[in-house]
Amino acid sequence: MAALAPARRWRNPSALPGFGLSLGFTLFYLSALVLVPLAALVIRPWEIGWSGFREVLADARVVHALLLSFGASFIAAAINTAFGLLVAWVLVRYRFPGKNVVDAIVDLPFALPTAVAGIALSTLYARNGWIGAPLSEHGITVAYTPLGVVVALTFIGLPFVVRTLQPVLVEMSREAEEAAATLGATRFQTLRRVVFPALLPSLLTGAALAFARAVGEYGSVIFIAGNLPGISEIAPLLIIIKLNENDVAGASAIGVVMLAISFVMLLTLNLLQAWSAARK
Amino acid sequence: MTHRAETLRPTEDHPLLRVALIAVALAFLGAFLVLPLVTVFHEAFSDGLAAVWAALREADAQSAIGLTLITAAIAVPLNAAFGVAASWAVAKFDFPGKGLLVTLIDLPFSVSPVVSGLIYVLVFGLQGWFGDWLRQHDVKIIFALPGIVLATIFVTFPFVARELIPLMTDQGREEEEAAVSLGASGWSTFRRVTLPNIKWGLLYGVLLCNARAMGEFGAVSVVSGHIRGLTDTMPLHIEALYNDYQYVAAFAVASVLACLALVTLTLKSVLEWRYGDEIAAVHHH
Amino acid sequence: MSLTIDSVSKRFGSFEALEGVSLRAPQGAFVALLGPSGSGKTTLLRILGGLEFPDAGSIHFADLNWLGVPARARRAGFVFQHYALFKHMTVAQNVAFGLTVKPRRERPPRGEIARRVEELLALVQLEGLGKRYPSQLSGGQRQRVALARALAIEPRMLLLDEPFGALDAKVRKELRVWLRSLHEKLGLTTIFVTHDQDEAFAMADLVAVMNAGKIEQYGPAHDVRSTPRTPFVLDFLETRAN
Repeated sequence: MAALAPARRWRNPSALPGFGLSLGFTLFYLSALVLVPLAALVIRPWEIGWSGFREVLADARVVHALLLSFGASFIAAAINTAFGLLVAWVLVRYRFPGKNVVDAIVDLPFALPTAVAGIALSTLYARNGWIGAPLSEHGITVAYTPLGVVVALTFIGLPFVVRTLQPVLVEMSREAEEAAATLGATRFQTLRRVVFPALLPSLLTGAALAFARAVGEYGSVIFIAGNLPGISEIAPLLIIIKLNENDVAGASAIGVVMLAISFVMLLTLNLLQAWSAARK
Repeated sequence: MTHRAETLRPTEDHPLLRVALIAVALAFLGAFLVLPLVTVFHEAFSDGLAAVWAALREADAQSAIGLTLITAAIAVPLNAAFGVAASWAVAKFDFPGKGLLVTLIDLPFSVSPVVSGLIYVLVFGLQGWFGDWLRQHDVKIIFALPGIVLATIFVTFPFVARELIPLMTDQGREEEEAAVSLGASGWSTFRRVTLPNIKWGLLYGVLLCNARAMGEFGAVSVVSGHIRGLTDTMPLHIEALYNDYQYVAAFAVASVLACLALVTLTLKSVLEWRYGDEIAAVHHH
Repeated sequence: MSLTIDSVSKRFGSFEALEGVSLRAPQGAFVALLGPSGSGKTTLLRILGGLEFPDAGSIHFADLNWLGVPARARRAGFVFQHYALFKHMTVAQNVAFGLTVKPRRERPPRGEIARRVEELLALVQLEGLGKRYPSQLSGGQRQRVALARALAIEPRMLLLDEPFGALDAKVRKELRVWLRSLHEKLGLTTIFVTHDQDEAFAMADLVAVMNAGKIEQYGPAHDVRSTPRTPFVLDFLETRAN
């Protein structure tokens, strides 16, 4: 490898070689594959101008799709927050046979292709499905309704809260809980005032991750949702429909909104993680 | 001697509570994770093994499998190279904008897969920036393999990088600096000092990258054009079969991917268990 | 109101942490449990605090069957080596904790709690730091907060588990002197666990040298120091502690 290039003032010179090559390749890759295409998305909607942009977003069908995507994601994230906390607690604090298998399987939504999950959930919750049938008897329909969307998004976001909480729970020493007990707190008081607040930043981080993932989810939702416009049609699907209709600008308009939300979520997550770290 | 409830240590929950919580947790996981998985195999084999085999040997299924494998074979090594390069730059050097770079690498995780596909349509599609140029030169990117590979690369490139960056940062620079001071070249240092240290983390990242690459649906859906037998990857083929009411065939192909998922999970667990310290300083997903 | 520990045994799996340990101390004594790691001293302390339960033996204190009282009712102030402060609460909230978790009938009004917190912070020489968070304090300051927090519940006894172990030598020496003078002021029965003999002999009235789950020697501090009665004690005291 060649000797160091003349010292660049803008960074600390390092004894190790390969900076130019590695950073160069990295930046090239990122720019070509990520930044340039993303720029295309941000620029494209302006072809139809600001008023055209607003028109697309004001369309009832679009509004509904966006609301559904966000609303269902929020509910799914909330469900995952509650149950994710429970699952993480049980996995870290208790012992039971088969715990290792259970722990491994929590990652299933990460590993399983979304289309596979999609058709499985659709079949499971259909009127004659294993879960759908008993629910049907009680008058609850999941398939082809917003409820189906929530179910699919709960599946997809499940690991996020659990995996974010687990390391925090593991690291949390029991001494704070012991201290609370010696100071006179009941177990419930200890959980409420000592344990839960300590977990809150991570809990919110996990919830935000689950939410961010759910908002853009496509494959696991479209089968169970039935995609009825105005009822169970999610925003990503609407982008595809518009593309198929050759309404590229319209598709981009929705895409930009979703991208904007992604950035906001990314920012929120960074802030949450900073809050988490400051508490240490 | 004292009785049961009072020999419960202050940080322990009551046994009945424990059982109840475990039961609820297992019920939740059972309903949301296990049942869908079982459904895949149950539906696939509902007409027997022969039906599954037939579905997999069918021409369109074969080309879908082939396309999926080729896509992964291109995307994963490229992303691995990127991951290594990016972590080398980030972990072994200091430079302004490092934080921004790392955030950018995380980007695909926050972006919807459909948007991930959309952006390539905007650049390479008929109405895209290069659309005219491509058509004139009869180069197909969208609705062909290159588009599928690009979309897959976008969605999966963070995996290896996110795995290696914390790992290599944690491992520090001293060993590499020692090697360089002893006269080793850059490549030599990387091959003989760095690579052995990161091999399990690299394998882990590649494993996750591959699982996602083979299973990607939303992004590929946008760029592929859904031409059966030509531009349908396995997930798209599954969708086509399902929408055609060929449920057994759809689940048959799905079960192959489900098996891949289970293998991935198992390997992942094994790697985490045996090489936990060498995989990551801090785990991100 | 003396403390009587009678034949207490505790085992963890196959490891015998304590084997038939007995000890008596008068009300208001400062007792040091001194020994190497694994000697059982922390286990004994945790049993006193209600954080562990022995397999055999009994303990009486303040005329109570101590083991029959659950941890949260014992009012045994416990101070941990790594402070165990509630990181998400301010110093004042930490100190007030024991008062704010009392059942409604027994809980003092908010103004009274605030007053007591101020008093305690002054006692541990941390006036004005009530609004800070533990992460903003030094190790020595954090330990004093932990002590104030334990004192807030007006404990019957004070249990300290190597409280200065995580601090540097200079701070340790300062806190040693300070804790002893606090003890003289308050007169609380205090049990102090340490592996540092200088610490033990500087502060305690009574010293129990422990080894492998048993008490090798127990008596007044100067007595134990000048007249070791078993080979282990002789050996232990000769080795300068670090």
